[in-house]
Amino acid sequence: MTILIKNGRVIDPANHLDAPKDILIARGSIKAIEPPGKISISEADKASIIDAKGCVVCPGFIDMHVHFREPGFEYKETIESGCQSAAAGGFTSVAVMPNTNPVNDTRSVTELMLSQAKAKGIVNVYAIAAITQGLAGERLSEMGDLKDAGAIAFSDDGRPVMNNELMRRAFEYSKMFKLPLIQHSEMLDLTEGGCMNEGAVSTELGLRGMPVEAEDIMVYRDIALLEKTGGRLHVAHISSGNSVELVRQAKAQGLPVTCEVAPHHFILTDEAVRGYDTNTKMSPPLRSASDVDRIKKGLKDGTIDIIATDHAPHDLTDKQTEYQNACFGIVGLETALPLTLKLVEENILSLSDAIKKLTSAPAEIFKLDSGNFSTGKQADIVIFDPECEYEIDVAKFHSKSKNSPFNGWRVKGKVLHTLVAGKVVYSVI
Amino acid sequence: MFKLKSILGTNDLTKENILTILDTADTFKEISTRSIKKVPTLRGKTIINLFFEPSTRTRTSFEIAGKRLSADVINISGSTSSTVKGENLIDMAQNLEAMNPDILVIRHSHSGTAEMISRSIECPVINAGDGFHEHPSQALLDLQTIREAKGSLEGLKVAIVGDIAHSRVVRSNIYAMKTMGMEVRLVGPPTMIPVDIQSFGVSVDYFLEEAIKDVDVIMMLRIQTERQNRFLLPSLREYSNLFCLTSKILEKAKDDVLIIHPGPVNRGVEIALDVMESEHSLILNQVTNGVAVRMALMYLLLGGSDDNIN
Repeated sequence: MTILIKNGRVIDPANHLDAPKDILIARGSIKAIEPPGKISISEADKASIIDAKGCVVCPGFIDMHVHFREPGFEYKETIESGCQSAAAGGFTSVAVMPNTNPVNDTRSVTELMLSQAKAKGIVNVYAIAAITQGLAGERLSEMGDLKDAGAIAFSDDGRPVMNNELMRRAFEYSKMFKLPLIQHSEMLDLTEGGCMNEGAVSTELGLRGMPVEAEDIMVYRDIALLEKTGGRLHVAHISSGNSVELVRQAKAQGLPVTCEVAPHHFILTDEAVRGYDTNTKMSPPLRSASDVDRIKKGLKDGTIDIIATDHAPHDLTDKQTEYQNACFGIVGLETALPLTLKLVEENILSLSDAIKKLTSAPAEIFKLDSGNFSTGKQADIVIFDPECEYEIDVAKFHSKSKNSPFNGWRVKGKVLHTLVAGKVVYSVI
Repeated sequence: MFKLKSILGTNDLTKENILTILDTADTFKEISTRSIKKVPTLRGKTIINLFFEPSTRTRTSFEIAGKRLSADVINISGSTSSTVKGENLIDMAQNLEAMNPDILVIRHSHSGTAEMISRSIECPVINAGDGFHEHPSQALLDLQTIREAKGSLEGLKVAIVGDIAHSRVVRSNIYAMKTMGMEVRLVGPPTMIPVDIQSFGVSVDYFLEEAIKDVDVIMMLRIQTERQNRFLLPSLREYSNLFCLTSKILEKAKDDVLIIHPGPVNRGVEIALDVMESEHSLILNQVTNGVAVRMALMYLLLGGSDDNIN
């Protein structure tokens, strides 16, 4: 199957390319990228042509932080529905977190997830395995075996490793396998019972606060341990201004620390919790306006390496309850692009830098063979119209779950086609 | 005309709203002193008391208020335990609404619940206390009690003493008192003062003796003996040493200072027995006024105006 993508604005940050180009795809790979009209195809090729006029054509997005709930919570999301949601959002690769049931702390679970994803054949799925067995924070998981089964990183996401010695040993042990540890940074003893950021709004709403220091203390602890042990730290969904500063300093010292931010943490503040919409409840919580400012500065100066959604599907019954009792998390795959483009509109990132944080930057950190358009690469491509304006409608989400605070928002930037290995896996037309 | 659909908190009330409620309550108060304590005002109306949290006084007060106005009052106790949480709150509210009640009175241990329910149904809701958020009828009965004793509210200084962080009564009182032009000072150990509370336009003091010197009203809060968080206080004994309102401390206060308390009182912990029984204490007046204020809220929500009560 041959595909010619014509007339698009091709942005490939890894190759410093931002120009009108045509792209030729054959047998799943990128065959040629040439100025418009320069690629000649013979009748015999039977190429299908995608006209990308007015659109951006770039490497498919990579989301290093999603929860696909399979095995165990298939009523919220399955690997299949999650992959469909990813494709609809322009993502061609995702990394699934291990907090399933059973937990992904053994080869068999990793293999199940990967084979399930392969069987559905929608987008590329990578597995992040647990740091500790059962996410219980007591014993290290079999990292060697897990890597062999395909795990690309380790995380106890949602159940941060509280024990200091265990975290130290995790850094030391993981060094053997050269894989990063991803930490959801939250000192749980500071946030017990909490359900939103601690501040004037939590005081007013009478909701238990989760102080920002709970994040800062763990980010600092992990950086301190890393400095001693070596290894690699990736800070998940950073939300605190002070934590951004800690990462900035660690990078200045040359430590192997990277971090990600979720779109809701640079779009919303804790003011959004007024009205008790449980779709504003996530962990880490929506922070203050000053944190959001400092997150944006971190995005601009490169302290924040990547954008990841923390796609956390929850059924209506898990959300339609008292704020205190509602589950943490929101779906993010299908809103990531328009929310990220707001950073471009606000002149915080160039379009190319925004795309980089969704493509080549995560590929580089997690050593994935994607995220750029080098010739011969697997053709993972997203084509989006950056000017297309529309209203977000959760009912149209491909995810099984509809828990998004952005329902009804008027946004710009719509995914038109998503291709994985040269195959169209999503198309609005 | 009283245009509010529901009474979710005092934060939503204007000065005119509050005055209307207090004036209406003043009028209704007399009914409870009659030998036949009933008027037909809300005959044929149905009021459901939906209490997800145990309560004796507030529930009884709402029940009596409804009955003195001749409404049919139904009491339902829910549970907030996680096992029962399986029954969807919104489903439950919509089921009750399908039976055509005229007012739903809701008490819940989690903040925001009354607001969430009121958004999903048409029936007027009175928030009878939600978590640490608001307890508007309590604040209104406090104001009515103070106004009765002092004649007016404008310019009065109030000290609120105790666990500010975990009190819905405080939040409702701060909004209502600020709206009525009163000055509010919060007093308690720093562990019980919530973050950024100064942004509410109140002052904070840690020392009781200093804090009460120039105030017109002292509101003592109940200290939870079964504290949820063991790190807040070393012991009740120390709390009492520092924050119990004794007659010795009261000597520093104005001669005509009023003492109120939302109850139930831990005698000897937050207020000394003799102070509780002194002429400064209006604690039982608050309970009496509670019925009148709740009658006023029900009456006004169901379309009554303050000039055609009789």
